[in-house]
Amino acid sequence: MNEFFTVASLVFVVGSGIRLATPFLLAGLGETIGQRSGVLNLGVDGVMLLGAFGAYWTILETRSPIAGILVGIAVGLVMGLIYGVITVSLRAEQGISGIGIFLFGLGISDLLFQKKVGTPMPIRGFGDLHLPLLADIPKVGEMFFQHSVLVYIAFLLVPVVAFFLNHTTFGLNVRAVGENPAAADSLGVSVLRVRYTTILLANGLAGLAGAVLAAELGIFQQNLTNGQGFIAIALVYFGAWRPIGVMGGALLFGMVSATVLQWKTLGLVSGAASSLTAMAPAVLTILALVAISRTVGQPAALTRPFDRGQ
Amino acid sequence: MQVRKNRKFLGLVVLSAVLGLLAGACGSDGEVATGGDDGFRIAIVAPSASNDLAFSQSIVDGVGALTGVSAVDVTDGTFIVDDAAAAIRAYAGEGYDLVIAHGSQYGGSLQEIAPDFPDVAFAWGTSADTFGLPNVSAYTAASDQGGYVMGAMAASMTSTGIIGVIGPIAVGDAKLYVDGFVNGATESVTGITVNVNYIESFSDVALAAEAAQGHVANGADILTGTAQMVVGATGVAAEHGAKWFGTQSNQTALGPDIVVASQVYKWEVVLQGLVNGIKQGDLGGESHTITLENGGLAIEFNEGVDAGHARKIGEKAVKDISAGFTETGA
Repeated sequence: MNEFFTVASLVFVVGSGIRLATPFLLAGLGETIGQRSGVLNLGVDGVMLLGAFGAYWTILETRSPIAGILVGIAVGLVMGLIYGVITVSLRAEQGISGIGIFLFGLGISDLLFQKKVGTPMPIRGFGDLHLPLLADIPKVGEMFFQHSVLVYIAFLLVPVVAFFLNHTTFGLNVRAVGENPAAADSLGVSVLRVRYTTILLANGLAGLAGAVLAAELGIFQQNLTNGQGFIAIALVYFGAWRPIGVMGGALLFGMVSATVLQWKTLGLVSGAASSLTAMAPAVLTILALVAISRTVGQPAALTRPFDRGQ
Repeated sequence: MQVRKNRKFLGLVVLSAVLGLLAGACGSDGEVATGGDDGFRIAIVAPSASNDLAFSQSIVDGVGALTGVSAVDVTDGTFIVDDAAAAIRAYAGEGYDLVIAHGSQYGGSLQEIAPDFPDVAFAWGTSADTFGLPNVSAYTAASDQGGYVMGAMAASMTSTGIIGVIGPIAVGDAKLYVDGFVNGATESVTGITVNVNYIESFSDVALAAEAAQGHVANGADILTGTAQMVVGATGVAAEHGAKWFGTQSNQTALGPDIVVASQVYKWEVVLQGLVNGIKQGDLGGESHTITLENGGLAIEFNEGVDAGHARKIGEKAVKDISAGFTETGA
């Protein structure tokens, strides 16, 4: 175990954990916004897949990572519009609708990949951005300031989303709609408009999360996300519907994953222990989730469609 | 109230449309035309995309190289075993002459399905177990042989003396390849360190990429890996200038500047015998292995990367293993 507790090893674990946490963080922040307005979207993973394919294909065709990221967000917005129509306007059951969106994204992204691309071809993403001065700080720079620009954007979004939810009028409306949509409606807040907006934001961020994944990995493959969207949803509960909490959950998940990877690389775990340690990130997250869910209540109107006539 | 009902109905319609679309899109079925004209039909059920440059592509390419086959139908992306089982049963029911269940995880399903269709031949890999059923053939790859060759070459190319291996789960041909690679590297050059990381997933591309990052951070300048999730790891290798050794399919397309060589599965070497036997009424019941000796395993070099002396080492290792002079130790 001494090999693990070296400076170089720990520097890698922190940097790796931050990279692994980024897609979870983006998708989780989006889902936080949606759920605070009372809308649960179990289809995050499907939207991520579509965003990932959209970004991948765009970068492959244009060689422009920026265009790819924008397309990933746009794909997410389109899926958000569809989900909004289904769950807000048509008031379909959110859980089932979300699963439908997930399966739709899973299938269509693979179908498009097979038809438009076929054999996986590598793409070039943004590369690492070494922040001036900060990146040169020994060890600290390597851990925190030598990442892709997308990683910085993801973490900068945490205070932005927190400010949006807690210190703006629209954020107040979002929380009101998520707790008591009838009361918010009686005060003149358009529940429909608020929920459409949050769904668009949530899905746009899910599309961005998928785009980041594809751009950073430089490849697309069937089911690229491997269930990351579902973990992001769990992290929203873990984070008690607060952006900072979601960030904490994403970092915990990423750091534990990175630690396990490093243990395996150094040969510190093998055989059956390898399988057990692979479950560690999920197990730890679930345990923390159970502990937190006992103390923090979810938005009261979560998953409930709003019907003005009732 | 009526309006609400209608809206609910409309919602269900939309949801049905979404589900209908996905039903058509999930997994991809494809028919591959072949040159045969005697009505022999083969169906393949594979866990990942048929053009994954890895496990699933190897069987599709292998079947595509067969003669005397009139049609090939592929259902890929069936990473859910129940979906694969449904596809296997459907193909058998439709009277395909040979149904290939390409994935060790499909064994349990095949064991249940094959007895229900005694006139249909099944092939299952990678495995050596036919369950004692007369209509099931098993096929596997002695991938430790190619792994040994790759390991010997990698050991001669590394500057740091550290090589990184990314594996999925330590089973089947993946484990054989990794074990053979480690033996090839450590037996060829003393003092070589081979770090092996099984990420416990065949499909987690992000984790495989991060495992590659870990290897590089720990000093590896040569990487290899097996299974379909390595497509992300090759990008990391390219980013850091590390060389890559591929397996299952020729992976040069993933990194024209870094892929030194690939061990390629030529399943047609055993499948052609199966097809010929089925035409003569022999539905199977035996286990088959592709090796360097029988030509089922081939080492394909990337001419775009100068392997230097390592190429000669690799070619000698192939000869020695084929002649039985070298034990791969797996």
